[in-house]
Amino acid sequence: MAEFKHKDIIALRDLTKEEIELLLSTAENMREINSRDIKKVPTLRGRTIINLFYEASTRTRTSFEIAGKRLSADTVNISPSTSSATKGETLSDTALNLLAMKPDIIVMRHAVSGSHYFLSKRLPNCSIINAGDGAHEHPSQGLLDMLTMKDKFGRLDGLKVAIVGDITHSRVARSNIQGLTKLGSSVFLAGPPTMMPPGVEKLGNVTVCGTMKEAIQDADVVMMLRIQQERQGKTLMPNTREYSRYFGLNPENVKLAKPDAMVMHPGPINRGVEMSSYVVDGDQSHILRQVENGVAVRMSMLYHVCGGELE
Amino acid sequence: MNLLIKGGRVIDPSQNLDDTLDVLVENGRVTQVGKQLAAPAGAETVDATGKYVVPGLIDMHVHLRDPGLEYKEDIISGTRAAAAGGFTSVCCMPNTKPCIDNKAVVSYIINKAKAEGCCNVFPVGTITYGMSGDRMAEMGELKESGCVAVSDDGKPVCNSELMMRSLQYAKGIGIMVISHAEELSLVGQGTMNEGFTSTELGLKGIPRVAEDIATARDIMLAEYTGSPVHIAHVSTQGSVRIIRDAKARGVKVTCETAPHYFTLTDDAVRGYNTNAKMNPPLREAADVAAIQEGLRDGTIDCIATDHAPHHQDEKDVEFAEAMNGIIGLETSLPLSLGLVASGVLTLQQLIEKMACNPSNILNLGRGSLKAGSVADITVIDPDKSWVVTEASLASKSKNSPWLGQTMKGAAACTILGGKIVFNGR
Repeated sequence: MAEFKHKDIIALRDLTKEEIELLLSTAENMREINSRDIKKVPTLRGRTIINLFYEASTRTRTSFEIAGKRLSADTVNISPSTSSATKGETLSDTALNLLAMKPDIIVMRHAVSGSHYFLSKRLPNCSIINAGDGAHEHPSQGLLDMLTMKDKFGRLDGLKVAIVGDITHSRVARSNIQGLTKLGSSVFLAGPPTMMPPGVEKLGNVTVCGTMKEAIQDADVVMMLRIQQERQGKTLMPNTREYSRYFGLNPENVKLAKPDAMVMHPGPINRGVEMSSYVVDGDQSHILRQVENGVAVRMSMLYHVCGGELE
Repeated sequence: MNLLIKGGRVIDPSQNLDDTLDVLVENGRVTQVGKQLAAPAGAETVDATGKYVVPGLIDMHVHLRDPGLEYKEDIISGTRAAAAGGFTSVCCMPNTKPCIDNKAVVSYIINKAKAEGCCNVFPVGTITYGMSGDRMAEMGELKESGCVAVSDDGKPVCNSELMMRSLQYAKGIGIMVISHAEELSLVGQGTMNEGFTSTELGLKGIPRVAEDIATARDIMLAEYTGSPVHIAHVSTQGSVRIIRDAKARGVKVTCETAPHYFTLTDDAVRGYNTNAKMNPPLREAADVAAIQEGLRDGTIDCIATDHAPHHQDEKDVEFAEAMNGIIGLETSLPLSLGLVASGVLTLQQLIEKMACNPSNILNLGRGSLKAGSVADITVIDPDKSWVVTEASLASKSKNSPWLGQTMKGAAACTILGGKIVFNGR
């Protein structure tokens, strides 16, 4: 029986293939709980989980909160606008103050890449889970995306996965690239050259394609990323109209992918920009299944950082 | 005070000297350099056997943070760190609070250094009033009150017309302009070099061209106006190439680089290490190679540390929030000696970069052990092994990427105007 030996889950880059597979298979078990009438098990009863979200979130925060509650943990949500961060309290001081209240897990989303390593060093007896740090990683998203793909195809090995959009600013892309390439998929990236980070092809079995067409041709999975208007300046692309013309997914170009290809998106979606509504709501879309898997995956993560002993 | 420095290997590029010799210091000046000198009565002897004896080292790019930011460093601790590093002179940059744009601040610095410092402090004044980048500072007054150069270091002068006028005006006054060459619109929110490491760490990158473009601009303005310009902290292969070509064309450009640019790459940032965060940022292996080649072929004239002390509260934070800069006065010598050990520079070339050239470029009247010179002398123990720790550093701030590492080489004795100000670790 494989063991999960990490105190924290900060980056898929830091996990082995086996560890990722373990997290995914536990998530599959957790899914069963989520389909019961009484969606609760006592596994993490008595544990305290603090959700510390410095950035806006709908899916991830709600998902982590539900995941914690379904495992019977005591969950607390802190957001910056209502915390002393508005009074200029540093991350370091916030962490130390929280530590004094003895949480078992802190789930944090933060705008600065690497903040979780910073936190982990200061909180040696608390598990840190990354709900997204800057442009670095979003491991729970990567895992739920992979689980969704595994559900459809039964495997990740040998899949052709296209990721299209603003790769430079995307932690979702980075986590997916790390996880997918470790598990044997090949990743094809497309996006405006202004949004393609240098050396990204060195991260694994990754190909940078000149056009979107090249990337999604015969793909098993087409994952679209949101154009992050709040992260980039206006200089990276002329406007959203140009963007959707050359990098948007629509009913015509989605046909370039395999007939049984999956369409995915981490959300939130700019309808009509990176994807037309037809595709968002169409048969090939697995977007809502991603969200459903999100709870199970996060339950798996919380479970394993606590030592993983199912009652 | 009289000193006899005996039996050391005296390396003085100004006299083309490299020999085992004695150096006699009387009344604060070098009076004799020769074989088997006799010690006059009352003279203290410094045994320099197995050591190098060189003109006092000069660091032409140091942030002393005084006045205004004394919690990071001040003139006393900064010059103590300099002396511990083997430096007898430093040039302090003007981004203090208030900045060095008027004679009152210049006088304060010069007087405090004379009264309480351990080395010569030559202030660098600002190019623009208040470092606003808006209009020129009174460079005439700055020069007269004791500034040896002007710079807005920490910031570039963004407006090209103002930079051109500043170069012209400074030439007229007879003061060197030291340029912090950075095209800010390309830097944006970047926190480290743009490259594979920044991609993998998910950090916003600063492309090399941000420096190259500004270096090219400043050189072209210098060329057009016939003014000299000194490019600070060169870090990229592009800058080196542009400067090399310009020198070949006869442009009056000089430049400096810092030890971290010839020893570290952006890999040092891995782990989100804020002690590897500075501006310009650490670059890639090809840039390090180009910097070393630039030192070797004379394109890069000086080694200057850009000693930038920051308080723990400013560095012990998330990477993007950390202030830019690392200290360097105490680690420069062993790291620079490493260039000799690896064959990039001869010892004589090293001393040129660390003493003679800075003195010549800024007309400091130092960098030589010729008879009659002010006795600013550094005795170097090239084999001294020591560990960089918070306790072993004299600087108030400890923001160094080399914490915990063992260095080879240190000043055995730093002599300022004939007086021993540092007597070895």
